[in-house]
Amino acid sequence: MSVLVNKNSKIIVQGFTGSEGTFHAGQMIEYGTNVVGGVTPGKGGQTHLDKPVFNTVKEAVDSVGADTTIIFVPPAFAADAIMEAADAGIKVIITITEGIPVADMITASNYIKDKDCRLIGPNCPGVITPGEAKVGIMPGFVFKKGKVGIVSKSGTLTYEAADQVVKQGLGITTAIGIGGDPIIGTTTKEAVELLINDSETEAVVMIGEIGGQLEADAAKWYKNSGSKKPIIGFIAGETAPAGRTMGHAGAIVGGSDDTAQAKKAIMRDCGIHVVDSPAEIGKKVAEVLS
Amino acid sequence: MNLHEYQGKDILAGFGVRVQRGIVAQNAQEAVAAAKQLTEETGTGWHVIKAQVHAGGRGKGGGVKLAKNLQEVESIAGQIIGMNLVTPQTSAEGKKVHQVLVAEDVYYPGDSEPDEFYMSVLLNRGTGKNMIMYSTEGGMDIETVAEETPHLIFHEEVDPAVGLMPFQARRIAFNLGLSGVAFKEMTKFVSSLYTAYVKSDSSLFEINPVLKTSDNKIMAVDAKVTIDDNALYRHKDYIDLRDLREENPIEVEAKEVGLNYVDLDGNVGCMVNGAGLAMATMDLIKQAGGEPANFLDVGGTADAARVEAAFKIILKDPNVKAILINIFGGIVRCDRVAQGVIDAYKNMGTINVPIIVRLQGTNADIAKELIDNSGLDVLSATEFQEAADKVQQVLA
Repeated sequence: MSVLVNKNSKIIVQGFTGSEGTFHAGQMIEYGTNVVGGVTPGKGGQTHLDKPVFNTVKEAVDSVGADTTIIFVPPAFAADAIMEAADAGIKVIITITEGIPVADMITASNYIKDKDCRLIGPNCPGVITPGEAKVGIMPGFVFKKGKVGIVSKSGTLTYEAADQVVKQGLGITTAIGIGGDPIIGTTTKEAVELLINDSETEAVVMIGEIGGQLEADAAKWYKNSGSKKPIIGFIAGETAPAGRTMGHAGAIVGGSDDTAQAKKAIMRDCGIHVVDSPAEIGKKVAEVLS
Repeated sequence: MNLHEYQGKDILAGFGVRVQRGIVAQNAQEAVAAAKQLTEETGTGWHVIKAQVHAGGRGKGGGVKLAKNLQEVESIAGQIIGMNLVTPQTSAEGKKVHQVLVAEDVYYPGDSEPDEFYMSVLLNRGTGKNMIMYSTEGGMDIETVAEETPHLIFHEEVDPAVGLMPFQARRIAFNLGLSGVAFKEMTKFVSSLYTAYVKSDSSLFEINPVLKTSDNKIMAVDAKVTIDDNALYRHKDYIDLRDLREENPIEVEAKEVGLNYVDLDGNVGCMVNGAGLAMATMDLIKQAGGEPANFLDVGGTADAARVEAAFKIILKDPNVKAILINIFGGIVRCDRVAQGVIDAYKNMGTINVPIIVRLQGTNADIAKELIDNSGLDVLSATEFQEAADKVQQVLA
């Protein structure tokens, strides 16, 4: 098993014919991902990358049975694209777009909360289940199949962690990039819960950063769950100054409880194997699993 | 984007929020003219001269003063403009004051005692909804209130589907202990404040204090307003409100060439792709015995031009004793980045600090070969720990 995406997922690309959408859809198809089509309003009926283009997500759901979408729509229109996907009955909505206004995300997350769907992102690298489906912008070759799940707010730091895990002779079940924005669809806790409940996943790597309470919430849930499945954690930004946004819109220390130090203390307290050095993530996973 | 007090108040007033009136002045003469005009328009006898800088706690640093006549307006304005204002929120050198706000005196005597409250509007990241946070303890540092008397801080969360409801505005006014005219004034104040927050696409409003005057008016005496940068495209009229003098000049320059850069105090510069990996690299520098001199995310395209621009930005900081380049090549190939580093290095002539280049991912082996055979004084690494060891080595 794996979580969120697999070889049977029927994936569409919103913003399919744009430059980002075209490039990454091409990479996904080359990886072997089951891309069944794409959506670009006004270009319905055309064929792009040998796949059908639809005007609306609803059409894609009705015609090719799409159940998963990846969104490359520009920031000004991305929240609308998320709501369209949710309305059409898409189950997994993965949003790569960076720079969506917070007000738009408040509206979108409120709109989708009673719909039967899960939003990943925005401002994330996507989700990959190695050997089955790459629904994101990550370099596929880094992620070898295995038994370690990854949850992370960051793109390249996820690749770094996966690379370290693979170099220890281990591999990945599913890596979930949850995104670095202040409002994201799937929280650290929800993503960790999915992996803890996945029978194939034997350990979870949880990578967070300064700002917000997501890692602390995940850690507390983990402690209360009583799960014996180990979690290896790292929090980036110990050296970041308070009150400054560090690249990701959500990465900003607001008070004393959302610093890297505070988060790591809570995680340790909840039984998570926390590493202080980002160079030791892979080593720690191997040590814990041995 | 952070705004000055006077700019924030302009936005608030535009949505019907009552604010302490004022006129901005660039020098002492303008301040006197502003004071005369304000007296004509508002009848105020005294004036408050307020330094306009992007930092809180201005009063504590001597940046807010009362002037009881025009001579005092002139001398106080002359003294504040040009000073380096040091507050608990600035560095030890302080911030240079370029302009002051000459404001009406709103603490005049009357039928009742004036009273100060605290109010802010912001996103509750935990619930994904906006909330109004408020307190009876106005005019103080809210962090102190949160620590000492947390029961005096209240929250009102807003349902995005319907917006702020009248019963919520009433609850706020009741919790602040108001009645009569002041109660009605407060409900109006809260509603228009929330409307202003939403319509201006702000990510923070902090009004401290909100004042109940002696004649029961409710008004914003200060305004800290932050606009959501991602929403600026729908507010073209706000773009000119950005005051580059308030920002770090190197950060401004970096932004112009598309680099995400934050200036820090350390001695090891870094250049990384991706925000999370950039923070992790800063942390690694610290563990290797250095201190990060900056945060720098070069983004997805690390070609020669970008690497060169990044080098130039990092080297503007005289404290930089070494530079660590950490790129995880995914879509961007490491050999391209390596070539970019080599070309940039050659274009710049001499770089007088040691450089450690760690390239991992697509074509990392070819990249290492390129660097090793370039004849340049550059140390190469492929593993993260190896990069840390080399940083330690050059700092020793």
